[in-house]
Amino acid sequence: MSLTGLGQRVRSDDQVPARAPWSGRVAAGDTLAITDLGGNQAVDFLVYDAADTSERYSAAETIAAQGNIFLDTGSVLLSCESRPLMEVTADDCGHHDTIAGACSKESNTLRYGHHTRHQHACVENFLREGARHGLTKRDLVSNVNWFMNVPVEADGTLGIVDGRSAPGMSVELRALREVLVLVSNCPQINNPCNGFDPTPVRIVVATSQP
Amino acid sequence: MSEPAAGTATTTAARAHARSQAGAVVEAMPTVPARAWPDPPDGVAPERLVWAETVAGGGYTSKVLARGTRLRLTDLAGDACAHVLLYNADQPWERLNVADTVKVPWQAYLGAGHPLLSDQGRALATIVQDSSGCHDALCGTSTRRRNGERYGDGAPQSATPAGRELLLLAGLKHGLDARDIGPSVSFFQGVRVDPADGSLRFIGAQTPAPTHVDLRCELPLVVLVANVPHPLDPRDAYTATTLEILAWRERPTAPGDALWASTPELERALLNAADYSEARGIA
Repeated sequence: MSLTGLGQRVRSDDQVPARAPWSGRVAAGDTLAITDLGGNQAVDFLVYDAADTSERYSAAETIAAQGNIFLDTGSVLLSCESRPLMEVTADDCGHHDTIAGACSKESNTLRYGHHTRHQHACVENFLREGARHGLTKRDLVSNVNWFMNVPVEADGTLGIVDGRSAPGMSVELRALREVLVLVSNCPQINNPCNGFDPTPVRIVVATSQP
Repeated sequence: MSEPAAGTATTTAARAHARSQAGAVVEAMPTVPARAWPDPPDGVAPERLVWAETVAGGGYTSKVLARGTRLRLTDLAGDACAHVLLYNADQPWERLNVADTVKVPWQAYLGAGHPLLSDQGRALATIVQDSSGCHDALCGTSTRRRNGERYGDGAPQSATPAGRELLLLAGLKHGLDARDIGPSVSFFQGVRVDPADGSLRFIGAQTPAPTHVDLRCELPLVVLVANVPHPLDPRDAYTATTLEILAWRERPTAPGDALWASTPELERALLNAADYSEARGIA
């Protein structure tokens, strides 16, 4: 991670606690960097056109356009209208997930049983943090999961398996227009997406503007 | 009553002209009432039919269906692609969640026994029959911008309308708007993921037409359907043939049905749908 080393000026530098949300606007041309401080920490991520939040990240558009379900350096996050929102400009980890979505209290009951109904979940973070920006439940769509490993086997079997990330790994995204980013630092404790132990992440927004 | 004047120069003539058009039959149209559909599925009495419609390539339709309705989509000629969105008709903020639909069953490819899950941990519908085996829950539908690049236009009024434009129109008629048009699934044109590197491969239709897929509504549903080429369809021409839609009264999946406890995740999704329906008074 060398944002400042690239001569960029830091606009914000936040440590997002385990299980907590984060949001922020990123100006066109600015860079957002997410660092997995403890390793194997899934970071659920949604991005909207800041000027018109009805235009938002589309996992389907993104993967159909690049012909691959994984996000890696060079991947462009596209909107539901096929317009570019952000581009992955650096990445220590690779193969970030686009298909498995966010955990929710409701889906936890299906995946693990009704005893998990009252555990905190990413959708709670998205709803609460989105509401600060006027977003509602209708604005939540399939999200990116940075640092989460979801292979698809030949017969279609898929699942969240042990992560590829490690302490200090980062991913950097350049905004291709002004965007609003919502993050949930995933609180899931029933599968290996957070190594069964959610940890903090660091989110830095930097600019090359003077 | 006097004979109407020829042409449409007067209100009387225009009315007669308009009325003389009724009774025409075209390839893509609804049959109303649905029980007048000439060829009900085997074992289905005509009076149980609640929806009978054919949708041309580039067309869309929608319907509100009761819990327990069975919905059959048929690819008549092999090049239909039915892009589908589902909402709980009682509370349309509860809608199809494509991510949960593949994650919860541990399966990326839709087929018989697969639920279509809402964001509220409930089965909106279950796939109870599938003679196609080629569907897609990953790539969504086409956009106006992409169709503009691919075919020269993607507007709804064009000859090459985009799926998102049509689903949006369908949704607008149910009080929904662009924010409600989330990720969709599509039937009859398949996509596969390379397990080695995650790349996507369009496989299209692998079974000779006609093929069909049957969905059972486990909640009351708003169903939006657009019949447009799959976004990864590599053909230069906008290729989409007619889709047939039939729906008839049945009952929701119940304990004792083979499907009910076929997986623990599906059983809980059906339990949650039944729990909602009982509390809501629509079981």
